[in-house]
Amino acid sequence: MVGQHAEGKLDNGVAKVVCAAKAVGGDIEVVVFATAGAAVAGQAAAIEGVTKALHVDRAENEHPLAAVLAPQVVALAKAGGYTHVLAAGNTFGKDLLPRVAALLDVQQVSDVMAVHSTTSFDRPIYAGNAIVTVEAMAAPCVVATVRLASFQAAGTAGAAAPVEAVSTDAQLPAHTRFVSLAAQKSERPDLQSATRVVSGGRALGSAEKFKEVMEPLADKLGAAIGASRAAVDSGYCASDMQVGQTGKIIAPELYVACGISGAIQHLAGIKDARTIVAINKDPDAPIFEVADFGLVGDLFQLVPEFAQKA
Amino acid sequence: MKALVSVKRVVDYNVRIQVKPDGSGVATDGVKMSMNPFDEIAMEEAVRLKEKGVVSEIVAVTVGSAKCVETLRTALAFGADRAIHVVEEGEVQPLVAAKALVAVCGKENPDLFLLGKQAIDDDANQTGQMVAALLDRPQATFASKVEIAGTKATVTREVDAGLQTIEIDLPAVITVDLRLNEPRYLKLPDIMKAKRKPVENTTLGDLGVQAAGGLKIVKTASPAARSKGVMVKTVDELIAGLKNKGLL
Ligand SMILES: Cc1cc2nc3c(=O)[nH]c(=O)nc-3n(C[C@H](O)[C@H](O)[C@H](O)COP(=O)(O)OP(=O)(O)OC[C@H]3O[C@@H](n4cnc5c(N)ncnc54)[C@H](O)[C@@H]3O)c2cc1C
Repeated sequence: MVGQHAEGKLDNGVAKVVCAAKAVGGDIEVVVFATAGAAVAGQAAAIEGVTKALHVDRAENEHPLAAVLAPQVVALAKAGGYTHVLAAGNTFGKDLLPRVAALLDVQQVSDVMAVHSTTSFDRPIYAGNAIVTVEAMAAPCVVATVRLASFQAAGTAGAAAPVEAVSTDAQLPAHTRFVSLAAQKSERPDLQSATRVVSGGRALGSAEKFKEVMEPLADKLGAAIGASRAAVDSGYCASDMQVGQTGKIIAPELYVACGISGAIQHLAGIKDARTIVAINKDPDAPIFEVADFGLVGDLFQLVPEFAQKA
Repeated sequence: MKALVSVKRVVDYNVRIQVKPDGSGVATDGVKMSMNPFDEIAMEEAVRLKEKGVVSEIVAVTVGSAKCVETLRTALAFGADRAIHVVEEGEVQPLVAAKALVAVCGKENPDLFLLGKQAIDDDANQTGQMVAALLDRPQATFASKVEIAGTKATVTREVDAGLQTIEIDLPAVITVDLRLNEPRYLKLPDIMKAKRKPVENTTLGDLGVQAAGGLKIVKTASPAARSKGVMVKTVDELIAGLKNKGLL
């Protein structure tokens, strides 16, 4: 398993991929690529089910670049005789793993949502409107990304697994260079792993209104804020807040959709939400077909009232 | 500079797809088909680069059944100069598509290879990365901004943490995200002109690519349906309902 990390912290998704790996069975080794990865590998070693955490320390691993990481993953996969190479089905894994799969000459399985055996998996197609069961070839190995919304995070181990520094002789390219990362700093929970999410759509009308209406509700519920594509495209909020087929696929306990029509591409991102609340002025909006609680009316009145009374 | 753009024929994004009752797949007979929306964005980007004088020739390519020629005509109407059709009637999985596209690259030597980040039918999100791997060239996936200067491209990528910017040497593979541009509406004269532009046919066999291998599709099913919800009349009722479920 390739473990993603940033600023010294292992990504929350890693424990979910471990959960999927446990369903496959066998030993589970997590590898992190870093400049000095012992500490972050230690975090992976503390996840229940992990049998060993590896770190590959190289100056080139300062930033996650698929072209730089892939040859290292391939070298490890070949040398270690691994049966499976896994990563999270987020932008990190989606960027990296197909590059690894091609170098290993393996057809990748994307977005595993259920594990039937070491080679049989379910995955979504058509924005989750159909589920296919696929059988992958065992040789040389199975390469798969894991749909994070489908798995619980593995817990903390009683005793941490061993941590080991490893190296590869992989030749790394210089043709791809990191320039910058513009990340939104927020005190709110992370959208991908939040237990509560409130989302705003095109109906919010402006960036100012989006903030003014959505933030008090998010603050009151301790929720992360998401958005529809229309809200992101219109510039009401940042692109990393998009929920849906091509944005983040999330599985919160509570999802509150405000002024979102419920296009299939948006619904693809919230199918695994436990409870969906929809507030929309159009009683025929498709979002009501999936909502556990539907409330018809003007969001500019209802959302502030909800924030106040919740 | 030469740009290669690969395009895929998929079920139109507005269609509510139906899973066949026998579990053998998704019904496509009589269903509206279109160019994958992400590929339209890739085409649009290539055309804009040509309009800016950065790109001098655009070649569109597809791997798929005889019917995919429609999609190539759409690409030609966008502004591709010519098209290559790798005709394959069977299912084409990403690794096979990537190998075919790599073989086409071997003949065409593009400086820039643009693709959609994913196709909205299989949602695999693999082909561009695989092409880049097999060519041993840079990849810039999920691009929302592309700037070309000489033999380098600076690409802004939509990643989970925000916006990552990378610099890559050309030739390179770029897979495009939704916010890169808004594809133009095709005009009738362009659609007419596209009919006369050249489309070259080839096959996987001609390109030396084996169609076999890959994933076996065992069955296709509908997702589990959500249980029916309730409509509430007031915020108070909503809050009571959420409290009842232990959510507030
Ligand atoms: C390839 C592709 C990928 C896509 N991926 C995604 C994706 O990942 N995520 C995504 O979200 N979309 C995605 N889309 C876009 C999707 O098809 C929809 O266009 C989008 O989700 C619509 O956003 P919306 O619901 O905010 O806007 P609209 O559809 O315009 O809906 C606005 C809603 O607000 C309601 N409303 C208006 N005023 C008020 C008011 N005062 N009070 C209450 N309600 C009000 C209206 O009744 C309406 O239902 C994708 C599309 C394509 C083609």
